[in-house]
Amino acid sequence: MTPDPVTPDPVNPGPVNPGPVNPGPVNPGPVNVAAAPSGTRAGTDLLAAPGRAAAVDSGFRMLALGAGLLVLAVLAAIAVSTTQKAWPAFRLEGLSYFTSSDWNPTQHRFGALAFIYGTVMVSAIAVAIGVPVSVGIALFTTEMAPRRLRSLVVTVVDLLAAVPSVVFGLWGLIVLAPWLDGIYDWISARTRGVPVLSSLLAPGVSGTSYFTAGVVLALMITPIVTSVAREVFATVPANDRAGALALGATRWEMIRGVVLPHATGGLVGAIMLGLGRAMGETIAVALLIGGNPRIYASLFGPGDAMPSVIARNLGDAGLYPDYRPALIGLGVTLFVIVVVVNAMARWGVGIAQRRMVGAR
Amino acid sequence: MTTIAPPGPIDDRARALLGGGLALRRRVADALVTGGCVAALLLAAVPLLHLVVTVASRGAGAITPAWFTRSIQGNVGQLASQGKINYAFAGGAATLAQGDIVLGMQPAIVGTLVITGLASLLAIPLGVLGAVYLNEYGRRSRPASALRFLTDVMTGVPSVVMGLFIFSVWVVPRGATGLSALAGALALACLMLPIVVRSTEEMLKLVPDNLREASAALGTRTWRTTVGVVIPAALPGITSGAMLAVARAAGETAPLLFTIGAVTRTNWGIDGVTTALPMQIYANATENTPEQALMAWGAALTLIVIVVVCTVLARVVTSRFSFRPT
Repeated sequence: MTPDPVTPDPVNPGPVNPGPVNPGPVNPGPVNVAAAPSGTRAGTDLLAAPGRAAAVDSGFRMLALGAGLLVLAVLAAIAVSTTQKAWPAFRLEGLSYFTSSDWNPTQHRFGALAFIYGTVMVSAIAVAIGVPVSVGIALFTTEMAPRRLRSLVVTVVDLLAAVPSVVFGLWGLIVLAPWLDGIYDWISARTRGVPVLSSLLAPGVSGTSYFTAGVVLALMITPIVTSVAREVFATVPANDRAGALALGATRWEMIRGVVLPHATGGLVGAIMLGLGRAMGETIAVALLIGGNPRIYASLFGPGDAMPSVIARNLGDAGLYPDYRPALIGLGVTLFVIVVVVNAMARWGVGIAQRRMVGAR
Repeated sequence: MTTIAPPGPIDDRARALLGGGLALRRRVADALVTGGCVAALLLAAVPLLHLVVTVASRGAGAITPAWFTRSIQGNVGQLASQGKINYAFAGGAATLAQGDIVLGMQPAIVGTLVITGLASLLAIPLGVLGAVYLNEYGRRSRPASALRFLTDVMTGVPSVVMGLFIFSVWVVPRGATGLSALAGALALACLMLPIVVRSTEEMLKLVPDNLREASAALGTRTWRTTVGVVIPAALPGITSGAMLAVARAAGETAPLLFTIGAVTRTNWGIDGVTTALPMQIYANATENTPEQALMAWGAALTLIVIVVVCTVLARVVTSRFSFRPT
């Protein structure tokens, strides 16, 4: 946008009608002249008069405000209306909605504990595998990789984010699950007789299990955790790194002594962000977790998670009374958990950012 | 203190500086961590590569001209057992042998394009205007802070919740006519809206105030400054953010599960039940016949191509036209 180079000739229309409409708030110099659009009226006139231009301006303002308020209303409606639709189930079950694992729509009993357990287990596995991998990749790109390799790695990780979750589910179900099943059997055979592990790692039913879902989720949260971790590592002041290296630290000692302490808050944020993603993931988990409405003691056994129960059953939930509210209630529960987790994430990242500002 | 040190120890210290004299433990720790980071990279890259290769090799067999023009075969397993569908399967990959019926996926491809396009039409203009309000008008006012807070919260909300929302306020009240492409698009739009608002606001923030001041100094009104100066300056960033939101929405299944229904014939309109690629993948993933698996893989390949095209377009737009303050 360059200003119209039309006007600075002596015949300019600017000062032609400097009548009473013109309060002349600005200096009537060349700036005003340039402001005059090569159209019908003088620039100064246009500035002051409450004419069409002003109406358009306030109209646009109203449009933007309206859009903002509409977005606000839609987002608020999502929270309010889902809670409202779920209320019958909460009222029916009370606290036992969260503490009972008896989920039996035909018997009109809705205890969601098994699904809460499944969601927590699956996302815990995803975070336990995904976060170290993501931090490793982030360290590799920020601290170790040569520049050219760096952009390649970033592209690969971004590609991982572009794969739709249902494709992860398909691949996990047909390719990964049968392969993991053999590994589960091997691990189960090795841990038989060990007190806790023997039940936690007991052989499952088939390849679909908490653990399979967790492994695929780990892959799915890797891009977001990696990119946040990378940004956090990038905020570590270069002087601190150089100082540590100048003192004779190896790269690992520099990372441990300078990068990681500086990045703790941000890393907590990245982990929470990944956790939020893992908890809300629906389709891949629905395909991979096995679909069993009870708590299964072994991680290699089938269970179910809140979003996948919704996905599988909402379609014909109208058959039983209160089934639909109960499923929507799962959504609300998930919503609340994810919002809390994300709030913690933002808090962690906020700490990291404040530290970065302080370091400068 | 100032005396010259005897030659022996100096050599040792010099060697220590060069790294040769580092304690073995320190060197091993360093190498282990470096190796660990490379291993982490491989741990993510190998499954990704495997996934891409698997989808490409298993899905390629399904992609024929008929794939884009035929309706979906509802009873694939039965037709295959009657010998009407003849694919030769070798090592997971399918090749088309002689047969009466070739698999088609047009309804799902059209459905995905219609639903995603409609959702973009709903979400992108509204989201951009909302961001304009946030950055150009609202700034730090109370409604603006509330909107910013809510969009922040909503970017993290699981997509299935968006499906639940549209299901309970749109589909259920409408009864039999509730399931439609429009309902699916509304759910996807809810998903895209916070992403578009946030990314657009970030891009508008990057436009230097100098430009706004220069424009204002020329006597331009705020709306003209916004439409003529600020938005054009931020357009590449806005576009790429929008494309990424489109890519995300195109791959989503959960919001569509209870909003669009299921159909085997192409529905070009926004009314009435339709289907989409993610839905076909989900429905066929759990089936056992190789023909149905082929439909799932073929749909996955088509979907990935659509999503990757959107993502690559977003990247090209950002890198090609990105705004550089000089």
